Amino acid sequence: MARYDRAITVFSPDGHLFQVEYALEAVRKGNAAVGVRGTDIVVLGVEKKSTAKLQDSRSVRKIVNLDDHIALACAGLKADARVLINRARIECQSHRLTVEDPVTVEYITRYIAGLQQKYTQSGGVRPFGLSTLIVGFDPYSGVPSLYQTDPSGTFSAWKANATGRNSNSIREFLEKNYKETSGQETIKLAIRALLEVKVYLFAATPFNIRLCG
Amino acid sequence: MECVFGLVGNGFAIVAADTSAVHSILVHKSNEDKIMVLDSHKLIAASGESGDRVQFTEYIQKNVALYQFRNGIPLTTAAAANFTRGELATALRKNPYFVNILLAGYDKETGPSLYYIDYIATLHKVDKGAFGYGSYFSLSMMDRHYHSGMTVEEAIDLVDKCIMEIRSRLVVAPPNFVIKIVDKDGAREYAWRESVKDAAVASA
Repeated sequence: MARYDRAITVFSPDGHLFQVEYALEAVRKGNAAVGVRGTDIVVLGVEKKSTAKLQDSRSVRKIVNLDDHIALACAGLKADARVLINRARIECQSHRLTVEDPVTVEYITRYIAGLQQKYTQSGGVRPFGLSTLIVGFDPYSGVPSLYQTDPSGTFSAWKANATGRNSNSIREFLEKNYKETSGQETIKLAIRALLEVKVYLFAATPFNIRLCG
Repeated sequence: MECVFGLVGNGFAIVAADTSAVHSILVHKSNEDKIMVLDSHKLIAASGESGDRVQFTEYIQKNVALYQFRNGIPLTTAAAANFTRGELATALRKNPYFVNILLAGYDKETGPSLYYIDYIATLHKVDKGAFGYGSYFSLSMMDRHYHSGMTVEEAIDLVDKCIMEIRSRLVVAPPNFVIKIVDKDGAREYAWRESVKDAAVASA
């Protein structure tokens, strides 16, 4: 097996891309992030690990805006996240420039996933070591969405999901307790899902983005 | 024949532009808005080659928006003006944009400001400025009547005086103008001055 995990473009005999799987390991070690979709709101929460006393915690932005109507949280290598987020922000503006329309959540998710996939099929590079949770509203219909991408470049839409540390148990909790909710109820669900760890919370209703927590 | 002019008042900056889109002897439309809202507190009034005008100002607008997302804070008016000038300068010796720009903005720390940026990448911070044939008339009017710290009413009065001069003295004077203002509450449309209304499209 060891011979098949160096170069990322090489499959192992049983069909694994080991570098991608190792990247998923890196994600599993990252801080937890949870996303919940309500009927009129989307909520992102991230685990706030205890900061060093001398560190200015406000300079550590874990939930970022990609555009006026789209936000992203991620788990894994935060340095890789910076690169991916920068590219996504450029793409959001580029899309607005060429077609005079804001991106849909699905479009930008597809773009980010496509970028992550590119780095699983090139020589001399390694995959991005992060999974992202992308939330937002359709720019015209106002329908809320939540998407997840991972280092392999796959993406899909979710009603609620978690990634990073303890994501399996958080997801189990969400599966047991998920209901179609709106407003405060959705925020409460996300908070309860992250109850074991301290959180930054980000909640957005159409045209009204609030950072709270 | 495009006329763009602007001035700085007490806590605000005002720009006015004609609204005619002309191709040789044909007027395509007379309600073309040439003053773009760059961000919440900046206006960019542009005149010149119409393809370049739209292309260049939209490009600047998207880059200003990208800066804000990347850095979490908006660009100052001075920074936006210098960025715009830089883009014009870079393109100048390869593929120049034929666009003249008046960039008006309001910053919390420094108040209102107006920047004169012409197509060969000249940049001046000014109290009043104008482009086009109309500048011969509007600059003279502003030289006569402008004083620093004008109120909105006084400034609008001066803008109207300039428009009247342009209408009466410029041979192919544009019939309609749009006036936009930027102050601490943001950038917004102030008024239109129309002497010719586009006919409404007949319903099918």
